[in-house]
Amino acid sequence: MTSDFTRIDGRKWDELRPIFASVGVLNKADGSAMFRLGNTVAVAGVYGPRKVYPKHEEEAERAILRTKYNMAAFATSERGRPGTSRRSIEISMVTRNALMPIMFLDEFPRTAIDVHIEVLQADASTRCVGINAACLALADAGLPMKDFVASCSAGKVGDKVVLDIAGKEDTEGELDLPVAYYPKKKQITLLQMDGITTGKEAREIIALAAKGAEKIYEAQKAALRTKY
Amino acid sequence: MISIDPQLVKDMVASGKRIDNRKLDEYRDIKIEKGFVTSAEGSARVKLGNTEVLAGVKFGVGEPFADTPDEGVLMVGAEFVPLASPDFESGPPGEEAIETARVVDRAIRESKVIDFKQLCIKPKEKTWMVYVDIDILDNDGNLIDACSIAAISALLDAKLPELDEDFSIDTEKERTKKLPITGVPISTTIARIGNKLVVDPTLSEELALDSRLTVGTFDKNGEIMLSSMQKGGTGGLSLEEIDKMVSMAEHAGKKIRAAVLES
Repeated sequence: MTSDFTRIDGRKWDELRPIFASVGVLNKADGSAMFRLGNTVAVAGVYGPRKVYPKHEEEAERAILRTKYNMAAFATSERGRPGTSRRSIEISMVTRNALMPIMFLDEFPRTAIDVHIEVLQADASTRCVGINAACLALADAGLPMKDFVASCSAGKVGDKVVLDIAGKEDTEGELDLPVAYYPKKKQITLLQMDGITTGKEAREIIALAAKGAEKIYEAQKAALRTKY
Repeated sequence: MISIDPQLVKDMVASGKRIDNRKLDEYRDIKIEKGFVTSAEGSARVKLGNTEVLAGVKFGVGEPFADTPDEGVLMVGAEFVPLASPDFESGPPGEEAIETARVVDRAIRESKVIDFKQLCIKPKEKTWMVYVDIDILDNDGNLIDACSIAAISALLDAKLPELDEDFSIDTEKERTKKLPITGVPISTTIARIGNKLVVDPTLSEELALDSRLTVGTFDKNGEIMLSSMQKGGTGGLSLEEIDKMVSMAEHAGKKIRAAVLES
């Protein structure tokens, strides 16, 4: 990939937006964190392990992990309708699937671990930023974890493959591909794609997103070290 | 329906075998029956092995979305009705039904094979609303693929109603116009069971899988293109596995597209 061009916001093709992460930002939650990638901001709060209600969801052998992704009504330029949407239900589901591989759920049978993600400001990659915040919040809650998963997206604007699409690139871009990456195992735990590409190019885009996620991973670790 | 012990499924797949004697990369038989429902403007009943789904297309006239004032609107829904499986419950769609509908929708929408501009009646004011609703009738696994085949088949079967002067649907006039569709986007699902990859998992195999990848493919001037991807399941996939899964999906997609075009 040759890549001698500058993007609309001045970044290089493989450059992430500025990252800011902060751990322990809420008082009531057992663990919490805020993650910011450019103008996308999400806060995550973790409750648990705690008793399972409704009771029938309880699992005898392990904890259940419940994730809720929600976007504030004011997070986008047009006001969003508050409450659950089909989109938020799907994102909550893929977020849970992304986090499952790093959890030790067998350690806490008959309990629930609840992860609540609130997107406060949206400028693309909201699910990725939510996952990054959620991981830090889980660690802040003192839960045993195998690793972090770090999430970011890559895509195509015009014919160019770029990391971490934002702003105009998002509304006018051809393709968006978010991933969540489990660095210790070098595994992808979330993968979605919207847009036209070939199998060969998809491989390049996934690899680029995974590389970006490794940088996010370093920022997550640094944020946790700052707190503890 | 009897489901088989996931451990047995895993052991068989590990030795390269499947409970229904298929090869790991072999798709089940596909039967497509278009025009199954006369009350719908387009429909298709699809059997994928013992999985059966029915898609119906209905049209309405509505207001276009503000960000696409000169385009038609496509909406896909999936109903996991309780008659299809002991595990389905009545009530609003659950997360699996929502995921299925949205993945099917994205493979079609993102491929851009439907010219939505042609579905606009009067910019900013009136546009065709295309509703694809899919009922699951019998669940033996891989509902995403079955729904995807049914959705595109029903869309290809559909004929637009005629409008009268005040832009309402004239039910008396014969429908002759097909939808402006230039390709056949298809979702194909590959599951990872243990460390093996299998195409088109049955229900018993779904209970044994730890990850799956659904890939939307379509044909553009003889070249296979991708339009969407969705990873499911609670495991992780290596980059090499994803690569193989995409190739398997591209390959299986050809057979499915041929079946859709023949129907």
